[in-house]
Amino acid sequence: MADLFDGYPLGQQWDEMFAAPGRPRAPYTGLFSSLQPMSGEELAARADVLSQTYRDAGVTFAHAGEEQPFPLDIVPRVIGHEEWAVIERGVAQRVLALEAFLADVYGAGEVFTDRVVPRSVVTTSAHFHRAAHGLVPPNGVRVHVSGIDLVRDEAGDFRVLEDNLRSPSGVSYVITNRAAMSQVLPELFGDHRVQPVADYPSRLLAALKASAPSGVGDPTVVLLTPGVYNSAYFEHALLARQMGVELVEGRDLVCSGGQVSMRTTTGQQRVDVIYRRIDDDFLDPVHFRSDSVIGCAGVLNAARAGRVTIANAVGNGVADDKLLYTWVPDLIRYYLAEEPVLQNAETHRLDEPGTVEWVLANLDQLVLKPVDGSGGKGIVIGPRADERTLAELGVKVRAAPRDWIAQKPIGLSTSPTLINGRIAPRHVDLRPFAVHDGSDVWVLPGGLTRVALPEGELVVNSSQGGGSKDTWVISPPRPAEAAPEHDVTRIEFTTADLPVEPPAQDPGPPNDNALAQSQQQQQGAMLANMAAPEGAPC
Amino acid sequence: MLSRIAESLFWIGRYVERADDTARILDVHTQRLVEDPWIDERRACANLLGLMGHPSADGAADTERVLATLAFDRSSPSSIVGALSAARENARGAREVLSAEIWESLNVTHNALPQQRTMARRYGPHSLFRFVRERSAMVFGLADATMSRDESWLFLILGRSLERVDMTARMLSTRVLAGDAAPSWTLVLRSTGAYEPYLRTYRGAVNSSRAAEFLLLDRLFPRSVFAALEQAEACLAELERANVREGHRIGVAGEAHRIVGRARTMLEFMQTDEILASLPVRLDELQRTCSLASEAVTSRFFTEQAPQIWVPESVG
Repeated sequence: MADLFDGYPLGQQWDEMFAAPGRPRAPYTGLFSSLQPMSGEELAARADVLSQTYRDAGVTFAHAGEEQPFPLDIVPRVIGHEEWAVIERGVAQRVLALEAFLADVYGAGEVFTDRVVPRSVVTTSAHFHRAAHGLVPPNGVRVHVSGIDLVRDEAGDFRVLEDNLRSPSGVSYVITNRAAMSQVLPELFGDHRVQPVADYPSRLLAALKASAPSGVGDPTVVLLTPGVYNSAYFEHALLARQMGVELVEGRDLVCSGGQVSMRTTTGQQRVDVIYRRIDDDFLDPVHFRSDSVIGCAGVLNAARAGRVTIANAVGNGVADDKLLYTWVPDLIRYYLAEEPVLQNAETHRLDEPGTVEWVLANLDQLVLKPVDGSGGKGIVIGPRADERTLAELGVKVRAAPRDWIAQKPIGLSTSPTLINGRIAPRHVDLRPFAVHDGSDVWVLPGGLTRVALPEGELVVNSSQGGGSKDTWVISPPRPAEAAPEHDVTRIEFTTADLPVEPPAQDPGPPNDNALAQSQQQQQGAMLANMAAPEGAPC
Repeated sequence: MLSRIAESLFWIGRYVERADDTARILDVHTQRLVEDPWIDERRACANLLGLMGHPSADGAADTERVLATLAFDRSSPSSIVGALSAARENARGAREVLSAEIWESLNVTHNALPQQRTMARRYGPHSLFRFVRERSAMVFGLADATMSRDESWLFLILGRSLERVDMTARMLSTRVLAGDAAPSWTLVLRSTGAYEPYLRTYRGAVNSSRAAEFLLLDRLFPRSVFAALEQAEACLAELERANVREGHRIGVAGEAHRIVGRARTMLEFMQTDEILASLPVRLDELQRTCSLASEAVTSRFFTEQAPQIWVPESVG
């Protein structure tokens, strides 16, 4: 019988599953042996059930204004626990360094006087907001939630492609992917010990509560969404539901006397922490775009007065700018006195005339990225672009070199993916999510693996029609400590506390009185006889 | 109305609710086996079986056995399939008072069980649990929309409420009694459908005494023990109304009402700390309360004489 992975081509890139044809890497051995006996049709049938589950649950992504089910590939991605430990450390390190950088940018500015980063890099950034200067968040956290995009290069090392410190989306798919996979393919999990992802909302809520203005006993947290037409609205609703907090729109909030409140049926209710999923530009018409109708006027002043916390903080965009990205390794050394655990992709800044000329000469071998683009917009992959695109790009780059960075293309790793009933390699990336509560950076074990479904496609992004994979982080053999139960009021008893065994369930009356049943049947038989045509022998 | 019909309705209420609750419990249980990397499957299964009233002799069990016992066992009214078949049998004998829609809904459910079973074998049991939850909601939804609020309605809802008290109490027991193999409070809340209402009520991380309080004492959540007892009591009061008018000036007219009312007042007026401190005993009491109340309802309303055999007098 042809097996599922027969003829699976291995290219130049690192493959997540296979070290050599038919030889899976260590973390994948279990998955390989449970998938192998399945046929392509069988797997495709399961994939249909999977996408039906998503349609029913309304797990959608609005793409170009249209609601579409979010494509989930049926073959999970597996990450071994040692490998994961590196990612965990690297992500936490990066978040702490960027956190320190932001505090510096909107505070003393020592990083500029020490000549680590030129001040102009920050002041020319579209995301630098003077309005945020001197605004110190209550527990010092500005990056409550972050998503650090990683890719695996040809040698199998993870490299950072991009930091997202404003409002990274996608975490809801991590949660729903796991739930759907465990419902549709429970046997795949088999003997795996996969670290759970379902406690993300409670971690997030705890971090948001920890960031509340001081002196608030039981803070009220709300999630501020742009509205139902936003591409990530599904995620906003899911997070709000699972955190048990109110999902508000700008018009539900009112700010007066430096205090933000929400309008409720019982009058105005104070709000202490706003987890906002609205861009800075639209957040507060008083300070930013005055035409914004989805923000809340005065919210920034309230934050400055220390009456409300905005999460993530205003002005974080300066630290996830693609130009600043090139300095992050330096920032890690400067603030933490550590070497970066995760390397950047090889990147060139276009700040010297010599580099600009060299880049212009080699456009066809480089990836050019606009520094303030997101969602894969505007990226030009040199080796794949046609003459005209390159010519246009050259003009743009020459006009405004500050707007671009150049990267050496990375051969993104591939992962087996179900395409038209067959398993084929497709490029993947990984976005781990980190939650910072002021004392600790917690990295959600798994993160979002995005997969570029068109063959050979290198831009992996959900706003460009990509899919995703459930991402398994194998748990270490024994938990370091018992799963933490964040409460001090545990009630524990044992069966010894019971007087006797638990009672059985009430059985209900017997409804098969054999005698009556047979007599009832005879009655029926007589009726049948009587209905027989007249004259027939009885 | 006829005692026999009343009894059928009472048991339809109990069986359908039982199937629904069992499906919820098993759904969360099987998902937990998949999602929790540190679970001890054998112990978790043995605990579940024990608390549902099917202790396994050797103290060990696996998912296969749990599903066979609590989902697929046709002969046992404690399993999903058994309870739904029994509900349908009861409905068959009470077709003239049930609306055609309710009967049809129960019958369709029953007829679809073999196919659901095959599907469950092939694609995992989640689809079956989901089917059962949807069908139960449909039965009670149709009852709500098409039944007069007469005695037949009262018996149906009485049965559902008593069963709910029993099942929620059992679910609480799986948490407080199972020690380190116990499901987390989050899972207990999820398997009673209470997770999202809980989060909206307390706006925060799940805390064990609050979760226990919520499932036991909440006035507004319909699956809490208290709310279910209150509903059962209301049904009983309504059923006994005629008797009260006829001059019962002291106490309540029926034994069932007394039993349910006493349990309800215990929850309502005992201090919360005190209840939580003696939780296992209270939960055990509540489960027994349900059995006693069910017996009392039976002897008060449904007493049926055993079939009498007439012996021809011998001609001396």
